[in-house]
Amino acid sequence: MSDSLLEVKELSVYHGQLRAIDDVTLSLREGEILAMIGANGAGKSTLLRTIAGLHKPSSGAVLFEGTDIAKLTPNRRVALGISLVPEGRRLFASMTLEENLQVGAYRANKGPFSIERVYELFDWMPSRRKQSTWQLSGGEQQAVAIGRALVANPKVLLLDELSLGLAPIVIERIYALVPEIVAHGVSILLVEQDVAQGVAVADRVHCLLEGRTSLVGTPPDLTSDQIDRAYFGADISHSNTTGDAAE
Amino acid sequence: MIWLNIVIQGALVGGFYALFACGLSLMFGVLKVINLAHGDMAVVAGYVAVFLAPHLHIPGLWSFVIVVPLFALVGYVLQRTLIQKSIDRDPFTTLLVTFGLSVVIENLLLEIYSANGQTVNIGQLITKSWHPASIIYVSYVSLGVLAVAVAVLGVLQLFLSKTGTGRLIRAVADDREAAQLSGANYRHIFGIAAAIAFATVALAGIAYGMMTQFAPTSGGINLLFAFEAVVIGGIGSLWGTLVGGIALGVAQQFGAHINPQYQVLAGNVLFLLVLAVRPQGLFGKKTALS
Repeated sequence: MSDSLLEVKELSVYHGQLRAIDDVTLSLREGEILAMIGANGAGKSTLLRTIAGLHKPSSGAVLFEGTDIAKLTPNRRVALGISLVPEGRRLFASMTLEENLQVGAYRANKGPFSIERVYELFDWMPSRRKQSTWQLSGGEQQAVAIGRALVANPKVLLLDELSLGLAPIVIERIYALVPEIVAHGVSILLVEQDVAQGVAVADRVHCLLEGRTSLVGTPPDLTSDQIDRAYFGADISHSNTTGDAAE
Repeated sequence: MIWLNIVIQGALVGGFYALFACGLSLMFGVLKVINLAHGDMAVVAGYVAVFLAPHLHIPGLWSFVIVVPLFALVGYVLQRTLIQKSIDRDPFTTLLVTFGLSVVIENLLLEIYSANGQTVNIGQLITKSWHPASIIYVSYVSLGVLAVAVAVLGVLQLFLSKTGTGRLIRAVADDREAAQLSGANYRHIFGIAAAIAFATVALAGIAYGMMTQFAPTSGGINLLFAFEAVVIGGIGSLWGTLVGGIALGVAQQFGAHINPQYQVLAGNVLFLLVLAVRPQGLFGKKTALS
């Protein structure tokens, strides 16, 4: 399994009494885009946050380039090459656009991305770099959040709900960047509630249902029926009839 | 002329309050820790200046050369051990721990140095003053403390806005998790912020010891004034803290002019007025309250 950059093995994570992630195993290969899909509360964000080091797993392992990183703090994982773009952007509110990128670049690894390179990727940024981030639109804030993670030059980029609260046209524009990021040698594990978007961009799809793996596959092989069932749980029409039978 | 003198004397005291308060403000802004031992730390700095510096043949005026770096180190270590441990539990624990620290420090000082008042000896300088008009006397020491306060706030402001480490401190203050995800070791950053806070409170403690007498229990009342300066100026604004300190100082001088008993009362009335009319403080942002 030497071609796996990131491996998650039999991982379980609790939020208090609630088991948010239940025995999940997955691997991300170099240069791959893996999309985690699933409904609200399926455990997608928890999985990404655990890989980034913000949650402690109760059992299982997270391996990066073959070594167990379970004991490392989030900043140590950034130094190894794992960066998370957190749900809801989480930009530094008291800072300008450029300062946000500078914070991301402060402990950066060597690599293709610099603040200048991010400015080329998002050509509207240079003219607005002195603006506070609250003056930016949701899509622009999302772009800054991606830029802030990219300037650290990660090997694995974790993207949590890029589409949250954005207009469809903006979502499309943000996702159009994903292949360009991968072309720079970055592998991507993304979480998306918007199934169509996740399936369209990904090489492989991993569906979570109530913390467990409900489906794994490559988009061309998956029917929308299979995805629906994995996303919502039991087949809706079937569960209705069994419900009737029970009464 | 009397009124002008009130404003001048108030501003001079206010400089001291701001110097005293900026570390408190930094600890709260970045670590979200209300350091109830802040005042006692200043007093300890005063004792170190009085009792340790002479052993090293350092005159009182220059005692900061050794006390300030020493306190920066103490601040870093204390943060990385005791205070971080209590942050990891919950915010309420930090209050209990720093309160406990305050009690321990006061009683240790009483045990070792008794309740006698002490001053940092700066020789004849204490009596010198500038006399620009008939009743106005500007003490060189007070003027020096105000200048130091302005310089400290200015340097701190520049450090926070222009340097990489300063930006990381602001990043951690804004969103600790997002800062970690950007590669910041927030515990180390917390340590640096605490080191700066302790360095400034050491300066404040020495300044206090030069201006007046202090005793092991002097920390409490100064902590109260520091709180008031921070709240009047607005949490999270360094220059606000200076303005808050000066406003508090002027209010106190004004109260003292009417009746010496009203000195502290007038400051408290201003504090309550600001809380009632503009709870975010003169320079604070409304969002800081939420």
